Amino acid sequence: MEGEVSLASIPADATAKVLHLYGGRELVTRLAALGLTPGAEVRMVQNFGRGPLIVLVRGTRLALGRREASRVHVLPAG
Amino acid sequence: MATPNRPPGEAPSPTAQGHTHHLLVALAGQPNVGKSTVFNLLTGLSQHVGNWAGKTVEKKTGVHRHDGWELQMVDLPGTYSLSASSEEELVARDFLLTERPDVVVVVINAAALERHLYLVAELLPLPVRLVVALNMVDVASREGGSLDVGALQRALGVPVVSMVASRNQGVAELVEAVVACAQSPAPPPRSPGIRADHAAVWQEITSLLAPSLPPAFPPGWAAAKLLEGDREITRLAREGCDPGIWPRIEGLLAAHEDGVLAVASGRYEWIARVVHTVVPRPRPGQVSLTERLDRWLTHPVWGLAALAGVFGLVYGVTFLVGSPLQELVERGLTAGLARPLRALLAAAPAWVSGFLIDGVLAGAGTVASFLPLLAIFFAVLALLEDVGYLARAAYVTDRFMHLIGLHGKSSLPLMLGFGCNVPAIMGARILDSRKARLLTMLLAPLVPCASRMTVILFMAPIFFGAWSPLVAWGLVLLSLGILVALGAALGQVLLRRERGAFIMELPLYHRPKARTIALQTWQHSAEFLRKAGTVILVFSGVVWAFSYLPNGRIEDSLLAQAGQAMAPLGAWLGLDWRLLVALLSSFFAKENAVATLAVLFAGGQTPHLAHALAGAFTPLAALSFLVAYTLFVPCVPTLATLRQEAGGWRWAALSFAMLLVLSLLSGALVFQGGRLLGLA
Ligand SMILES: Nc1nc2c(ncn2[C@@H]2O[C@H](COP(=O)(O)OP(=O)(O)OP(=O)(O)O)[C@@H](O)[C@H]2O)c(=O)[nH]1
Ligand SMILES: [Mg+2]
Repeated sequence: MEGEVSLASIPADATAKVLHLYGGRELVTRLAALGLTPGAEVRMVQNFGRGPLIVLVRGTRLALGRREASRVHVLPAG
Repeated sequence: MATPNRPPGEAPSPTAQGHTHHLLVALAGQPNVGKSTVFNLLTGLSQHVGNWAGKTVEKKTGVHRHDGWELQMVDLPGTYSLSASSEEELVARDFLLTERPDVVVVVINAAALERHLYLVAELLPLPVRLVVALNMVDVASREGGSLDVGALQRALGVPVVSMVASRNQGVAELVEAVVACAQSPAPPPRSPGIRADHAAVWQEITSLLAPSLPPAFPPGWAAAKLLEGDREITRLAREGCDPGIWPRIEGLLAAHEDGVLAVASGRYEWIARVVHTVVPRPRPGQVSLTERLDRWLTHPVWGLAALAGVFGLVYGVTFLVGSPLQELVERGLTAGLARPLRALLAAAPAWVSGFLIDGVLAGAGTVASFLPLLAIFFAVLALLEDVGYLARAAYVTDRFMHLIGLHGKSSLPLMLGFGCNVPAIMGARILDSRKARLLTMLLAPLVPCASRMTVILFMAPIFFGAWSPLVAWGLVLLSLGILVALGAALGQVLLRRERGAFIMELPLYHRPKARTIALQTWQHSAEFLRKAGTVILVFSGVVWAFSYLPNGRIEDSLLAQAGQAMAPLGAWLGLDWRLLVALLSSFFAKENAVATLAVLFAGGQTPHLAHALAGAFTPLAALSFLVAYTLFVPCVPTLATLRQEAGGWRWAALSFAMLLVLSLLSGALVFQGGRLLGLA
């Protein structure tokens, strides 16, 4: 989709909407159970461009590895 | 997975035995929601409680009696969903699906309602009697969300009880609801449905499955599980299905590989509708305390500085407050008790008073005097845990864990290892990759446990005076450094880039609860005293006996002879036979090292162990001993746990051999290096 980027590239304090999850079934099931489903709003809490990052999704703070975050594709808000 | 033995929907059988009715009640829920808190309140047992996800890794049973009912309560590990992806989640799911509890209590967090309703959405279609325990309403109301419990109950169609488990509010009502629920007919299972674009294929698979599934698995639920790619349900369906039908289902599944997301989205769409009726207005967005603290505590630089500071503080407080207390207790226990005991035994043969005073009392008594050190250490650790810091500490270590080939989540079990290595090895179950779990378990014994730390804090001041904090710190850092180095080497062989996914919840910070901390401190203290009163007491007696036989003199005792046989090894490390025996004795329990020294020096000229030791060994020998001791082989209980969790003696033997070599080599390196520098 137009403007689609990986979650790992969203800067801190920005919000985005989840579009799709790529990767193995197991990973996708896991991330989806934690609330990262298409349409979900996420806010990046911490992202220093390398290392793990923290996102806020459905009221929960999740620490994600960069690799895991890059499997989540989002549409940045605004 | 076994096939359940009771058809769905049948009334639970509160088998009357006398006047008591029995019920099997499962406590399910997502991690860190308060299941064990409820369990402890109801059963009087003391399951591990703290503020991070993944403490309970095994199911535990206890009994609660209420009004002629006997509730068999089962505390389960947390599961985010019923698609188990790690060992501990499998435990919970297998229990729910195969043991058929009479009532399932699903504990949910009112402050993260959406996320926690996900598991409810998975449980509702199953033929179980469900009671929803809406916990943490205190947190929810602080965050500004007011919840309409009646509306939630109507929307879910099952009883909902609101609770603040940590303050014992609503727990009695929960029990009432469970008992009432067990007596009422099971509600018809409901399904939250699936995202519209997959509704047709879901319907089709459901009707294909319907005739051939065991009754505990409703076809709609099983069809969703197939679309999710669940291995076990897929296997069950394949085996149960008509051979003509399975290929058709398989074809449908292959054409809808993206079914996973449709199923999950379907559940969250249903949740959104439920939440809409329950939470009248959206929460105001505010920068919470958690967010402000995390700016610092999860920062790649400040977070690491904070972690180092926190650990420095933990050891500092333990040492500063605990050491004087330890000395007091030691004098009271050994010297204070020895005098009257000696008077009492004046008439008895020499070996009786020797055995009791120089053996059992000196050994076990000296070790028991570590209690203040341990209690303070465990209290501080419990405080950090209950506040919610542990997950942050794990998060900032991610970078180091990458050097090993693991990621930050492995730090959670490893950090438990600072208390005791046994729960650290058990805790590795929260990792979803089997290889990462194995590696974490192999590295856990390199985390210096509280027992080792007390021995270090006891020995270091004797030899190093003002330098002792530095020596103690150095030993901890050395051990952790070797952990990383060994991990990197093992990771190359073992992992080959199979790291597993790093997905970890960061809980909100909570104000620490005195009860939780007191309970944990008490539990660890009691366990330590039990160990001092059994294993260490017996061992002290045995060491004394071998140091007395055959002639009543230490110098030519059996123990001395055995020790001298190993003299060449000792010479390399700079350890005389007594230190060598002390090192070896720590294999049975880490504290044995001090017990052994206390026994071996008890009969000597100086009544106080510290003086005796300071007079007997050079600081260099002591340093070599402490290095070898810190890295020495895992204690027996740790090895037994490793065998059980890794599945076979092979891994336990590997751990034993690796650490034996590492420990002796490092000790020798310190001693020989020191000698070259002219320190000896
Ligand atoms: N504020 C608040 N805290 C609570 C409440 N109930 C439990 N807690 C705290 O939440 C944390 C987690 O509680 P546990 O009982 O260990 O949770 P669990 O569900 O057994 O967790 P796992 O075993 O890790 O799945 C602890 O720090 C509890 O003290 C509550 O109603 N309100
Ligand atoms: Mg628990």
